[in-house]
Formats: sequence, C-alpha cells, structure tokens
Amino acid sequence: MTDKFKFAMYWAGSCGGCEISVLETGTKILDVDANFDVVFWPAAADFKYKDVEAYDDGFIDLCLFNGCVRNSENEYIAKLLRQKSKVLVAFGSCATTGGIPGLANLASAQEIKDLVYRDNPSLDNPDGVYPQEHYAVPEGELDLPHMYDTVKTLAQTVDVDYFMPGCPPESHQIAGVLDVVITALKGEGPLPAKGATIGVAPKTCCDECKRVKEEKKISSFRRIWEFLPDPEKCLLEQGVICMGPATQAGCGARCTSVGMPCRGCYGAPEGVIDQGAKMLSTVASIVDAPTPEEIAEIAASVPDPVGTFYRFGLADSLLRRAKV
Amino acid sequence: MSDQFEPRLIGFLCRWCSYNGADLAGTARLKYPPNMVPIKTNCSGRIDPTHILKAFKEGADGVLIAGCHPGDCHYINGNYRTAGRYPLMEKLLEQMGLEHGRVRLEWVSAAEGEKFQHVVTEFTEQIRALGPLGWGEQFHDESAESEEATKEAVPV
Repeated sequence: MTDKFKFAMYWAGSCGGCEISVLETGTKILDVDANFDVVFWPAAADFKYKDVEAYDDGFIDLCLFNGCVRNSENEYIAKLLRQKSKVLVAFGSCATTGGIPGLANLASAQEIKDLVYRDNPSLDNPDGVYPQEHYAVPEGELDLPHMYDTVKTLAQTVDVDYFMPGCPPESHQIAGVLDVVITALKGEGPLPAKGATIGVAPKTCCDECKRVKEEKKISSFRRIWEFLPDPEKCLLEQGVICMGPATQAGCGARCTSVGMPCRGCYGAPEGVIDQGAKMLSTVASIVDAPTPEEIAEIAASVPDPVGTFYRFGLADSLLRRAKV
Repeated sequence: MSDQFEPRLIGFLCRWCSYNGADLAGTARLKYPPNMVPIKTNCSGRIDPTHILKAFKEGADGVLIAGCHPGDCHYINGNYRTAGRYPLMEKLLEQMGLEHGRVRLEWVSAAEGEKFQHVVTEFTEQIRALGPLGWGEQFHDESAESEEATKEAVPV
C-alpha cells in the first residue's frame, strides 16, 4: 500500500452502467490512478468483503456507491462501507432515488417471485421450484441474500455525504466531481456542503435543451415511435411526454438532442419534493381543449403515470411504494 | 365515544368559491360531519399533486378538492388545470394501490352552502366505508427486515 488516497466503488442493486460511466471519463481515470489506491471495486479489482471488513473505520477516503438497496446483502455492504468511508457518495439514479429497480415498489417481493418463477407464460417450471434462501449441500449450507419488499435508496439506509444523480452520471460531470474531491483531499480546496447534490447544473433539463420552445398546448399524447418528431421543436409541444421540465439539469440534454424525450434520470430539480407529482401537474396543465371533460379525457390517456413520471424516482417519492 | 371509524379528511378549497361556500354553510348553520380539515388555497389550480400525496403520506384517509364551476374561475382557467390533473392523479393513485374514491373533485360555488354540506357529508361516509388508509403503516415491518439483514449478512 502506498500513501495515496483510498478509493472504493460498489454496485448494489444496479446494472453496472455506473461502472462503465466512470471508465468513460477517458484519461481522467489516470488521475484516479495517480491519486488513489483502489481498495475495493468488485467490477474492476479482486477484493473480497472480508478485506473491507478488515479495514479501519474511515480507511476509505472516497466511496462511490451505485445501486439501490434491494436485499440484505446490499444493506449489509451499505452499512459496512459507510463505516469504512470518509466520503460516501450515492452515485447514479439507483443509489440516489431508487432508479429503474425502484419501480419494483409497485409490487411485493412475493408477487415478483410468482411472476418470474411461476406465472410467466414462457416458463417451464412444472414442479414450481422457487429459489431458496438457504439450501443444504454435502459441502455445507448455501445462502442467498433476503430480498426485501421495498426497494430503498442509499440515504434511506445509511447517512450519505453527497448525491450524484444520472443513469448513468455523465462522464464530464464525474470528471468534474473527481477534480473537486482530489483538490479537497489534498487540502487545496473545500468539499461541497454535506448532503449536496453534486455533478449537476442549476435549473432544469429544458434549460440545457436547444430545442425551440413556444407556448405549450397539446391536444393528444404521442409515443416517439408513432411519428417522426420535428428536429427543432420542443418535444413536449409535439405531444411527447418529455420529463425535461421536472428534471435537474446537468446531463447537457443529450437525449432530447437526438430526438428522444427526457426520461428524468437526473431527478427532481432543487426545491422540488416529488418529481413525479410535478411532472403530472405539468402534463395535465398543457392539455388544451374547450371543455373540462375533454381536458380530463386527454389527460387520462397517459397510459402509465407511475412508470412515466416516476421512472427513476419511485423509491424516493412521497409515497415510496404501492400499497399491496 | 363510539367505536365507529372517524376518517381524517383534508379539503383544499379555493378561496373565491368553495371556501365561501363553506362559510355560507356555516353562517346558515347547516350541519355536516366535522371530519374534514379545510385548507384555503387561492385557486383549485394552485393545488399541486404534491399536496395531495403529502396529505395521504401524513395520515389523511381522503382528500377533497373543491373549486369554482368551469367558467367561473377568478383566474379565468385555473380550474381547467385542476380538471386535467384530477383524472391523471386518480389513475396514479390507483396504480399506487389506493382505493378508488379516496380523492374527490367537486365544483362548489360561493352560493352553494347546501352543496358543500352535502358533499362533505357524502365524502365522509364514502371514506368511512372504505376504512382507514394508514399509509405509513406499511413501512413498519421494514425495521424488522433490517435486523434480519444484519443477521443474514452474506459472508463471502
């Protein structure tokens, strides 16, 4: 071990995209190597949980934690890394607001298992075999982590220092954050205030989007595969549900620049408690029809309000999960 | 004290029509159940869906939204916004597992004290029939799950 700063990155309930986005920082990864020793990073280096358990408390200077807390293993590691880390960052949408896995909060763990192992029409499982948490084999007992009913964010599990949203966080934002952290660790600059959302820009995604925005009045909703959107005009004004107005800026509006509506991965802008509620309000407010009945009918034609407005934020929303 | 379930209701009332309708019901000494806590808003269009979700989260069993009749809005079209948000909100709440009918939209003018009385009475009985919502209670088991996590930590 050298006297470099110690770096850890962990994936809990996540897809691995956050790891890729760190590698996507290009030559910035050399700065990481120049300033940090990797002491735990399952995707990139061969360390075991017992190695982390053996570290002194606060041994890790910077820990980027991506993924939601979905099961007992995620929760155990979240608590372990909190104990061992000086700076713990909820990295990416899943750790920050639950992300796509947070949509599992529309069902219970049992409902999900029933669908996956019993009810899915393409299954071939005549004996109704379900995965068991404990299974005895001649060599001993095998264990699987316990899957929770409710997907939790990192901050609902442990104390978090910073939040960095995005699915995944944009590489230029990661590079910027790494610069700030390295400067601060060297004692040459301040760290942001605890609890801050970092790697984002003020205002909303619309502010970064280059499309031309005029008065928003729509008479029907369209999906992106139903027509070829005008390349210059605001997507929302063309009837596509674009989460831009209710989403924190910072990504550079990359999706809308290639004709895809914003899906809201950067989370709620500053001051907004519930991203989905704000977007619902926006969408319903721009419906234009002569009578309240017609307005109501058009607004109600949004097929999946929770999946659309809370695509990345259900686990961190006011209601957090469906009642089952 | 009876054992009857007393619903906790929140009523968001627009100040120009429905709140005055409630006042009229009061000055006319009309009787209706005391279950609803009225909250005066400038316009039914000011009622953010966040307010409704927060009411449920913090223990409300039902939420009433009342505003001016279409065409009567003090701000011309605020209640048209409400008209659009309400069905979408209903759909969202249904996905979240709330029974249909826990949120209700009514147009009540400043002259309709009797309608206000009727709406609150009916809504109270409607929610009484649905029973308590108890939104916070479904998270009570979580701490038990967490203890299990510590016990079942997976050594690798």
